[in-house]
Amino acid sequence: MTTKALEVLDVVKTFMSDSGPINAVDGVSFEVNSGEFVALVGPSGSGKTTMLSILAALLTPTSGQVLIDGMDLAKMSDKERVALRREKIGFTFQSNNLIPFLNARENVEFMLRLNNRLDHTGRIRTEELLARLGLEQRLRNLPSQMSGGQQQRVAIARALIHNPTLVLADEPTASLDTERAFQVVKTFAALIHENRRAGIMVTHDLRMCQFVDRVLQMRDGKLVAIIEEPAEIMALAKGD
Amino acid sequence: MIKTFSLSFFLAGKEIWRNRGRFLLFSLVIALITLLVLFIAALGEGLGNGNREYIANIDGELIVFRENADFNIGASRLDQSTVRAVRRVAGVVDAGGISTSNTAIVLPEEVLKVSLLGVEQDRPGFPTLAEGQSFSGGLAREAIVDRNVLSRSDIKVGDEITVRSTQGTEDEFYTLKVVGSTDGQSYFFQPSIFVSPQTWERVRPKSAAESSNNNPNINIVAVKLAADSQIETVRENLTNSVSNIEVADIPTTIYNIPGYSAQQGTVQTQGGFTLLIGILVIGGFFQIQILQKVPQIGVLKAIGASNSVVGWAAVIQILIVTAMGVFIGGALTFIFSLFFPPNIPLVFNGQASALAILALLLIGPAGGLVSVIYAVRIEPLKALRLA
Repeated sequence: MTTKALEVLDVVKTFMSDSGPINAVDGVSFEVNSGEFVALVGPSGSGKTTMLSILAALLTPTSGQVLIDGMDLAKMSDKERVALRREKIGFTFQSNNLIPFLNARENVEFMLRLNNRLDHTGRIRTEELLARLGLEQRLRNLPSQMSGGQQQRVAIARALIHNPTLVLADEPTASLDTERAFQVVKTFAALIHENRRAGIMVTHDLRMCQFVDRVLQMRDGKLVAIIEEPAEIMALAKGD
Repeated sequence: MIKTFSLSFFLAGKEIWRNRGRFLLFSLVIALITLLVLFIAALGEGLGNGNREYIANIDGELIVFRENADFNIGASRLDQSTVRAVRRVAGVVDAGGISTSNTAIVLPEEVLKVSLLGVEQDRPGFPTLAEGQSFSGGLAREAIVDRNVLSRSDIKVGDEITVRSTQGTEDEFYTLKVVGSTDGQSYFFQPSIFVSPQTWERVRPKSAAESSNNNPNINIVAVKLAADSQIETVRENLTNSVSNIEVADIPTTIYNIPGYSAQQGTVQTQGGFTLLIGILVIGGFFQIQILQKVPQIGVLKAIGASNSVVGWAAVIQILIVTAMGVFIGGALTFIFSLFFPPNIPLVFNGQASALAILALLLIGPAGGLVSVIYAVRIEPLKALRLA
């Protein structure tokens, strides 16, 4: 069954600058269903990072509504937003993703610890997820003992281990070579689909769009295009 | 709350364990500060003891001085009639005259400087015997010696000692038999020997003008009361009944021993500055540590770790590292103290050491307070450069 994991309704985010107010996000609306993997693309300054920060409950919109699992972020206290990030959202970032003094397994299990759900089943699931990502030999490795691609895969496992409603990825391939970037995003997409999570990936690398179900294009804070046809997505990914 | 502590402890413990080399090095810095603080505390206690021990251990509550002596023992001169008058005052259980001077015991290879104290047998001011017996009265050439004298020489109870004393302009030598020993009776930085008032008057260094005097000079009178609660009443009675005296309690007397307050003030200032340096060093280390961890704290907050988890993790880490440093420093202090010669006045008093250790444990959180506040205030958006 398809359910609305995320609803974004006419969201505006205004920043004040020396030259007056600037709408970094300007009236953006879209939805993402569970089991759907969406790419948010656009040039620098298009507002995609601001949009991601709003979806991550790290930034409050000036107006409009963001609903995750039907819960309105604007009506939440700071404490409730922290709890929402912990329980309903999974993250991967561009860099500095992992806690450097925790090994791969501990980094992933930390999300379960945070949610008070680390038990035998959780440990088994962590092992299975890391094995699924090809890291079964790296469970005890610290981030400094892993390659960039391996670190990103651990971050993906951490983002998914607690079964969040929404998984957000900010430029997950920024520090990877092409081959590893394809491998990481492909695995990410597969896990999003298998686990029926809603995934949003912010990327400037259009080649990565070949693994997503939908592409949202932003420019100057506005959502200028939504590409849903697989053929169109593939054409975009190939640069046609 | 338990969950917060458990998470914070997990984060703090893992970080310390996985960076144990770095944290051990820092613990060693704290250990050196601990070593310094404990030695300064022990030195303060040792110097203080050397100066006040005999007065602090007097079996009495009040000390009578000559009027206008400003509670200075050396400047005070009383006579026997004053001692008798003091004994007659209401509330006084007993009183004993105490005469102070300096002399030297001639040992085979060196001279041991000692305080020569004239005290009345079994009266306030007479020391508690640890071994042997009391000296006989009158001019008996007998002495009770402090254990510090025994530990710094081969003298034993029953031996005879030779005391050198300047009479006029000539050195005279007197032989005294050691009939007993006592413990913890240093006075004016020197171990003490106790003799009867008459012997004291005979043996003490004198000028030519004083050499014909046979009545012992008394510096102070130690007064024993029935109860501590009577101190103020008896002090008033003494002042009203006996002329030309001033009366102080034991702490006031100690405070007015020449050089005592200046010496203790100096040592305490040194200890205070060492603690202050400790606070700055610990504060600096943890501040640098937090600055290096800004992105990592940003990630923790972004994935849902609360401010209390991040803040307590920093506090627990500071406490563990400080406790490790204090423990290592305490152990090093103990080991070093075993090798110090007895003439260095180091005394590890339980209470003073416990206070120093408590202060050292508190300087960690105090020094790291700024870094903890900084950690709690880190905004994930800025830390992750999403702002």
